Amino acid sequence: MPKTLFDKIWETHEVAEALLYVDLHLVHEVTSPQAFESLRLAGRKVRRPDRTLATADHNVPTDGSTAAQQIRDRLSRVQVETLERNAREFGIPVYSIGSDRQGIVHVIGPELGVTQPGMTIVCGDSHTSTHGAFGALAFGIGTSEVEHVLATQTLQQRKPRSMLIRYEGELGFGVTAKDLILATIGQIGVDGGVGHVIEYAGPAIGGLSMEGRMTVCNMTIEGGGRAGMIAPDDTTFDWVEGRDAAPDPLPLDEWRALRTDNGASFDKEIVVDAGAISPQVTWGTTPGMVVGVNSSVPEPASEGDERALEYMALEPGTPMSELRLDRVFIGSCTNARIGDLREAAELVNGRRVASFVHAMVVPGSQQVKAQAEAEGLDEVFRAAGFDWRSAGCSMCLGMNPDIAAPGERVASTSNRNFEGRQGRGARSHLVSPKMAAAAAIEGHFVDIREWQ
Amino acid sequence: MRKVGLIEGDVSVLDRNDVDTDQIIPKQFLKRVERTGFGEFLFYDWAKEPGWDLPSNPILATGRNFGCGSSREHAPWALEDYGFEAIIAPSYADIFYSNCTKIGLLPVVLAEDDVRAVMAGGRASIDLALEKVMWTGGKASFEIDPETKRRLLEGLDDIGVTLKHGEAIDRFEGERERVGPVTTRHRGAPGTARRSHTT
Repeated sequence: MPKTLFDKIWETHEVAEALLYVDLHLVHEVTSPQAFESLRLAGRKVRRPDRTLATADHNVPTDGSTAAQQIRDRLSRVQVETLERNAREFGIPVYSIGSDRQGIVHVIGPELGVTQPGMTIVCGDSHTSTHGAFGALAFGIGTSEVEHVLATQTLQQRKPRSMLIRYEGELGFGVTAKDLILATIGQIGVDGGVGHVIEYAGPAIGGLSMEGRMTVCNMTIEGGGRAGMIAPDDTTFDWVEGRDAAPDPLPLDEWRALRTDNGASFDKEIVVDAGAISPQVTWGTTPGMVVGVNSSVPEPASEGDERALEYMALEPGTPMSELRLDRVFIGSCTNARIGDLREAAELVNGRRVASFVHAMVVPGSQQVKAQAEAEGLDEVFRAAGFDWRSAGCSMCLGMNPDIAAPGERVASTSNRNFEGRQGRGARSHLVSPKMAAAAAIEGHFVDIREWQ
Repeated sequence: MRKVGLIEGDVSVLDRNDVDTDQIIPKQFLKRVERTGFGEFLFYDWAKEPGWDLPSNPILATGRNFGCGSSREHAPWALEDYGFEAIIAPSYADIFYSNCTKIGLLPVVLAEDDVRAVMAGGRASIDLALEKVMWTGGKASFEIDPETKRRLLEGLDDIGVTLKHGEAIDRFEGERERVGPVTTRHRGAPGTARRSHTT
């Protein structure tokens, strides 16, 4: 019987009914301390430290601090120090603040080569769906489940339903992976994927770089999906080959079999016209409240819309391009990889950030930062007036000193425009790195397809 | 985990869809390293709005896609610490739903019309064993995964349950898993942790 990619990975990892073996468990400082504490109280060990990897990202200041002791916020410092102590005690490898491999957990997994096709990957973080870009089954879990995986290397999990999102046509000039996924969420809704593992397919997906595929899978959770995945191909294999933890040689025969068989069926199938997608900007307080950059703020269709308009201080009918911005944030697990920074740098090269805008670039990892600096991208950004920062989650969620002030309007390459997400009262508009870069220069959104 | 028994009492109403976990417990409260004490920060920003009224009752009735966004288990911890024992909604985000069942906070799915009736009724009782909700003027059945139900009713420790499959996990690792470590012993990897089994 023909099988989906998801079926194949599920079947080879089911230890017992509804008990899934975990190949890779990623850990960060926010959702793990209570799990380690419970292990300690129960006298349990970590079953497979060699399949577990920890890093500090959410609380890390992006000011270049090199040790937990330098974190001024006491609670943040305690959380990072607790991670370091737990990793030491339980024998788990950790890249904490100060390590040249530290970074956002969903950036460093692929970068180190620990994320590989065909794996099951979990982390106490909803954006774990990112790793599905490599043809892995990857999803976020809660702290009780983190404890369960640490102790047993398995997860109790009923098999979710399957969903195919098939893109027809190719993305147009200037339209990126971020626009593709934002438009998709706009189409299916923020709960359109609930209960489903989503496979993305079609020529527009095959044409994406690994960075772009990670952006798409990353935001699967914003459409409610349990996990997002893309069948691995030569683009994937070329990207993984030679990375520190990658197998040598790559098991290509095995990896090439990781694709949905002809005739396999999904519980749900959706078609999206990739060719019709324009650069996207969110206007509201969920990622599904999104329009093309040439559109206007829509009329409210529900109480939720009205609430969102009030929070965002927007009037229906206002062209999106007329909104004056206070801040631009290029960063996060969605869009802070080297490819994202290159795209943004290309647009800002030789230009200046608008005088009233505070713009920052936060590389996703120390390795991305080092690579960008080797290519001179930091100089391009600095010369344009961007603040060039050190690696971390930064203003994606404001658990560290990088937050927006109440009422500030932010163009952000991150994944969530929820109320208060980037700072209490802050108004977030989600966009691609290219759109964010151009918006920083102009001080408002522009259609980068026509921008000179 | 404590056992889930019959849950009955007044219903608190939060009539909004797509309530995300950033609203349930904002990021600044995720810095604690304990599991307790989150209740006082529940809906920290929304609670300051004029007209906000969410008393501490055994049951919360709310809108579609409740608990979307971040996977933070701090959200169910805060709801439970505040006093809720069960939530009734038309749908939940996947991770949130699962997190609730891990701590004995019962997430009940009812049709949107029934949720509205519960909100209007003001009082309800939930019988997990019978998979039934009764409220002033109506009743409905709900569905729950049988294994999840069993664990909730008996208050079982998930890890304890899984470790009964210890031999199956050993066998899987012996037969199926890839050769070699993944996160350790590669170029530049920190530590050289050895395998340590607990079965």
